[in-house]
Amino acid sequence: MKRFAQLYDEIDRTTSTNGKVAALVRYLADAPRDDAAWALFFLTGRRLKRLLPTRLLHEWTLELTGFPEWLVHESYSIVGDFAEAIALLLDGRVEPISSSLLTAAAPPANDGRLPFDDPVPVDEHVADVSLADWIERRIVPLRELTDDERRLRVLVWWTRLPRHELFLLNKLLTGEFRVGVSHTLVVRAVAQLANLPTAVVEHRLMGNWQPSAAAFATLVAPESAADEPSRPYPFCLASPLEEAVDTLGPRDQWLAEWKWDGIRAQLIHRAGQVFLWSRGEELVTNRFPEIRDEASRLPRGTVIDGEVLAFEGGVPRPFADLQRRIGREQRVAEMAVNVPVAFVAYDLLEQDGADIRELPLVERRARLVAMLNALAPPLVLSEELTAPTWDGLAALRSESRARGVEGVMLKRWSSQYRPGRRRGDWWKWKIEPYTIDAVLIYAQPGSGRRASLFTDYTFGVWDHGELVPVAKAYSGLTDAEIDELDRWIRRHTTGRFGPVSQVEPIHVFELGFERIARSTRHRSGIAVRFPRILRWRRDKPASEADTLDALRALVGTASE
Amino acid sequence: MLIEPTDSGLYCEAGRFHIDPWQPVERAVISHAHGDHLRPGSRAYLCSTAAQRLLRHRLGSAATIDAAEYGTTVDVNGVRVSFHPAGHILGSAQIRVECRGEVWVASGDYKRAPDPTCTPFEPQRCHVFVTEATFGLPVFRWDEPAQTVGEICAWWDEMRAAGRPAVLFGYALGKAQRVLAELARCGERPVFVHGALAPLVDLYRDAGVVLPQTRRASETPRGTSFAGELIVAPLSARGTVWMRRFRDHSSAFASGWMRIRGARRRRAYDRGFALSDHADWDALMTTIAETGAERVYVTHGYTQQLARAVSEQGIEATSWRTQYEGEVEDAE
Repeated sequence: MKRFAQLYDEIDRTTSTNGKVAALVRYLADAPRDDAAWALFFLTGRRLKRLLPTRLLHEWTLELTGFPEWLVHESYSIVGDFAEAIALLLDGRVEPISSSLLTAAAPPANDGRLPFDDPVPVDEHVADVSLADWIERRIVPLRELTDDERRLRVLVWWTRLPRHELFLLNKLLTGEFRVGVSHTLVVRAVAQLANLPTAVVEHRLMGNWQPSAAAFATLVAPESAADEPSRPYPFCLASPLEEAVDTLGPRDQWLAEWKWDGIRAQLIHRAGQVFLWSRGEELVTNRFPEIRDEASRLPRGTVIDGEVLAFEGGVPRPFADLQRRIGREQRVAEMAVNVPVAFVAYDLLEQDGADIRELPLVERRARLVAMLNALAPPLVLSEELTAPTWDGLAALRSESRARGVEGVMLKRWSSQYRPGRRRGDWWKWKIEPYTIDAVLIYAQPGSGRRASLFTDYTFGVWDHGELVPVAKAYSGLTDAEIDELDRWIRRHTTGRFGPVSQVEPIHVFELGFERIARSTRHRSGIAVRFPRILRWRRDKPASEADTLDALRALVGTASE
Repeated sequence: MLIEPTDSGLYCEAGRFHIDPWQPVERAVISHAHGDHLRPGSRAYLCSTAAQRLLRHRLGSAATIDAAEYGTTVDVNGVRVSFHPAGHILGSAQIRVECRGEVWVASGDYKRAPDPTCTPFEPQRCHVFVTEATFGLPVFRWDEPAQTVGEICAWWDEMRAAGRPAVLFGYALGKAQRVLAELARCGERPVFVHGALAPLVDLYRDAGVVLPQTRRASETPRGTSFAGELIVAPLSARGTVWMRRFRDHSSAFASGWMRIRGARRRRAYDRGFALSDHADWDALMTTIAETGAERVYVTHGYTQQLARAVSEQGIEATSWRTQYEGEVEDAE
């Protein structure tokens, strides 16, 4: 546990990604194999299932500190991390293992040992117990115990561990183990340690594996033939088109497609297996079984670049629908019925096992079209927009919103499929978002990194002389602006509702959003999607902010 | 009400003076020299003798500044005013106001932890206590300063071993000098400072505070290596070209906010040291109890929370809206 705490510190104490990877590599190289497996289990975002209700941790915190419940809730909200808040509340306020605490449940034994059967000897060096022992012999067994037995154990740990390790223990107990190291960095570290390509590590890390010394050994084993088939190609990325579209030259040199609002993905069928990779280098095959099943009908040795979309009756559904299917590995079957999806194919990268990325797009596209002719939804071809002139294409693009797409993609017919973002061959020609000017009316502290600052804002527009809330936005300001606004909010709070501060209605912000629709669930009668702050309108008094009528007019221009 | 919040600041009508006003007034009684408590433009200022030179530095030679020793009573229009150490920064004072037997104390900013740069806080018995609440939540609880300073020294040692500059950010007035004074006790090595700190460091030295040898980083020859050196800088220096000379540095922030991990990570500091010049939760509660006050007003910070917690202990407590900022997370 101590070594793991040290790793945590090393990761936490550097803002450099190379420094974090180096710390991970050092730990994985010299930690016991089963500890390393557990560390990877947590660092890749996995959690111990159903250990104990967090309500119990909350109740024991109240019991040990004697603070009123509202004050403890305020503390959680300011810290933004339950496990950390408990550690901070208990710090220095709890006597080491007071006998009165224990006698309530069971009398202490004469020889000073703990009054329960602890499989790992507990002494002053409670932190010396290995991570694997902590988890397998102490924490996991909590599941089978009664609440009283759990209380006794957790209180003993809480009163014995120093603040820092207590924090880590709480992290393990609550399962919220975000440590400022991304999945990608963990993959990089393992790849570096084992001298493996990252895609191989990513593939090996996916799915359900039980942390153990053996699992770790498999993870870092040398590459074998079994690893090959899953490996994707680096994605080719487009740049935003900032110039006028006719600067691109003749229209007929370009393939035009809709810019779909989904998850960019690569679909692989090799050696009898299907793999679906998201652009975030995450394997998502099992979340989309209908895509997997249809893709198994593709010829072997095929790799297709495309987009996973929520798709119903030939029409794309909002991205939010798709989100409901991401991150839900459990209820896949049920979700597949509720949110049908499609894989919209853009490009063919590998055919009959041969890498064809250097062929011109016009050739790759022809082969893709021929291949998809033999297949059925949910594998569909991304439609080519055939408007023969730039003006015609611009007219189509203006329908983007109604069609539920983000704009138009332009790809040069002669282009190769090249890794990364290179300007010149691939452009995204997006539509402008809607904008309004709205007044800041409420603010709330953020969570996690932003917990001590007011970063969550609610904005209102005028309706009969009153400001009606219409949007919440969290992003779009610079750090300097956030800090300035935070200070202003602290001085100009006129009321509080729990963590929410009502502020003087003075500051106007230009908000951008992607969609607008009528809503019966919102007081304003309007729901906006993906609102974000475009700029702080210091030039505009609150009285000149937009009205609800103006927003209603925007709804009129948007179709369903 | 002997003291009341107004649009200009806290006002004592009986004595016709303001306490730490945020608008220019006739007579301003000042707790300490931080910008949110000391604003220019008032006709006359009154402060503790220990704070007088800092006020002069901030307000310029034209300002009218009177001063009184800690514990000495001054008559202001028939009201008895005295300054008592607040332990916040050099010269910081609680302002005690007495009129017809009624005693109010306005704390300004204060702390109870030991600090080599200023006189320790002295609790004052009073009927009404006006307190800050910058860190008025129980998650704020400071370790012994010696321990935190030990962590700072360990970080410097680590950076020295790694051959990297260690840049420590803190308030230009107060925190920077406190850190320097603490470092003087754990080593002889000189420390580099940002130019904005230099005059304030001199003022502290003149006041008799023992500080290590300091050098301005900007006065070193071009190409000087700062590998293994400690540099103390104000928050305003972050992200400026001045920082470019400290290649591959490790950055740290000394502030009570660093108690919370998210606050440090959001600012992207490598290290955070929870060294604060404000009272933590326990110190706020202890101090309020020690004043024996039957009524408490809370001016800034987690005002609602502290007021509610104090009320639940049977002491009447209300939060006031003021423009004090306490320990903000960024530039002053």
